[in-house]
Amino acid sequence: MATPHGSGYGAAMLRVRDLVRPGLSPVSFDVASGSCLTVRGPSGSGKTLLLRAIADLDPNGGSVSLDEQNRDRMPAPAWRTLVGYVPAEPAWWADTVAEHFSDWPANAPLVTRLGLPTDMGTAPVARLSTGERQRLALVRALERDPRVLLLDEPTAALDETSRDAAETILRERLAEGVSLLWVTHDGAQARRLSKRCLNVDKGQVTEGDV
Amino acid sequence: MSYIALTYLDLALAAVLVVINGILSLALRLNLEKQLTIATVRMVAQLLLVGLVLKTLFALVSPLWTTLVAAVMVGFAAREVMARQHRRLSGFWAYGLGGASILVASTIVMIFALTTQIAAEPWYHPRYALPLLGMVLGNTMTGISLGLDTLTSNLVRDRAAVEARLMLGADRRTAMQTTVRGALRTGMMPTINAMSATGLVALPGMMTGQILAGADPVEAVKYQILVMCLIAGGTSLGTVGAVLAGAARLTDGRHRLRLDRLRQPES
Repeated sequence: MATPHGSGYGAAMLRVRDLVRPGLSPVSFDVASGSCLTVRGPSGSGKTLLLRAIADLDPNGGSVSLDEQNRDRMPAPAWRTLVGYVPAEPAWWADTVAEHFSDWPANAPLVTRLGLPTDMGTAPVARLSTGERQRLALVRALERDPRVLLLDEPTAALDETSRDAAETILRERLAEGVSLLWVTHDGAQARRLSKRCLNVDKGQVTEGDV
Repeated sequence: MSYIALTYLDLALAAVLVVINGILSLALRLNLEKQLTIATVRMVAQLLLVGLVLKTLFALVSPLWTTLVAAVMVGFAAREVMARQHRRLSGFWAYGLGGASILVASTIVMIFALTTQIAAEPWYHPRYALPLLGMVLGNTMTGISLGLDTLTSNLVRDRAAVEARLMLGADRRTAMQTTVRGALRTGMMPTINAMSATGLVALPGMMTGQILAGADPVEAVKYQILVMCLIAGGTSLGTVGAVLAGAARLTDGRHRLRLDRLRQPES
């Protein structure tokens, strides 16, 4: 649903046109540079399918571009470096925390702000709590300085303090011009973050006010 | 050569052992006598048939007929690779990927061995080509089926971990590195184990056969070493080819993991 009054029509940064995949009807929307669009809808409605399609992780049709640069004209790894995706349940491929980062010590300021000890680089991932993993996954995605972040309930497992810290960090990124597509079940959080949202229901996506 | 030919009476005497087997099954109510009978009849019939086929082929020494029989052997090996997969690739790939890997690996190894080390006259003489091919195929087949099976099972298990790397901008090669290495190791391990245990735990069948046929043990051992090298070469070529091709098939040009190209395992 293209909206002439949407989140920054014209100055669009992330532009999605007729994006379609199994489980999702064609969808069009823009996310302007430095703005956040929340994504809402019941479980199983297709929110994750939408984020995965934008990240090009599953076969999909339609066009997605960033600053007039079409996704299909660049290698997929380059696209995913620009458009970072943080899934609801982040996965880990190595034993210890630091192995998942290109430069673990350099992330110390972010790690501290999220309430995590900086010496956890050698900790085995298997022993971390869900909340700790979620925060580390956020740091891991931010480390690559993406222009767009696709966030699937990034604060669902966090206590209030950690959630506020995460929101503050992401607001700073917004101020720097990063765009966010943020899946949340928390109505108050959606209102704090954005004025516009995508409502996903049974694979149908509509844009509306929060 | 001091080689003792067996008469059919000798074979009938040996068969007494199988009959005892059947009597035991009846006495202990193992319910195996039917299977035992079928297996024995099959064993005798199949071996006699192979004997006749080989005798004919050795008399003909025809490149065409030898190639044809070799092709049938490769075809059966490819089918066996497919049958041993818990999660098969969908469509023609289930058969084609393993088959192509076996074909390429065994062809390279066989032509190399027959034209340089063995140098039979002519090089494609079925007396050398077919037994050697059989041994190379048997082991290559095991390596490929183990490698592919490990690759597909572990990709399904580690899907989230592989995709986590893709999400962060890794290319498909990097994202699947750990899984591919594991599959290659599993595929090659039986051959490496067989090489280190050979001679200590069991005497290889081919070597034993040559010794029974009157060959000098040291000469038989030299042949066995050659065969082990051929097997190692065939297995590694075939396994690397099949696992890398499988990894390529289970991803696409947009660096996505494509597990939809696997069939659901039959329960």
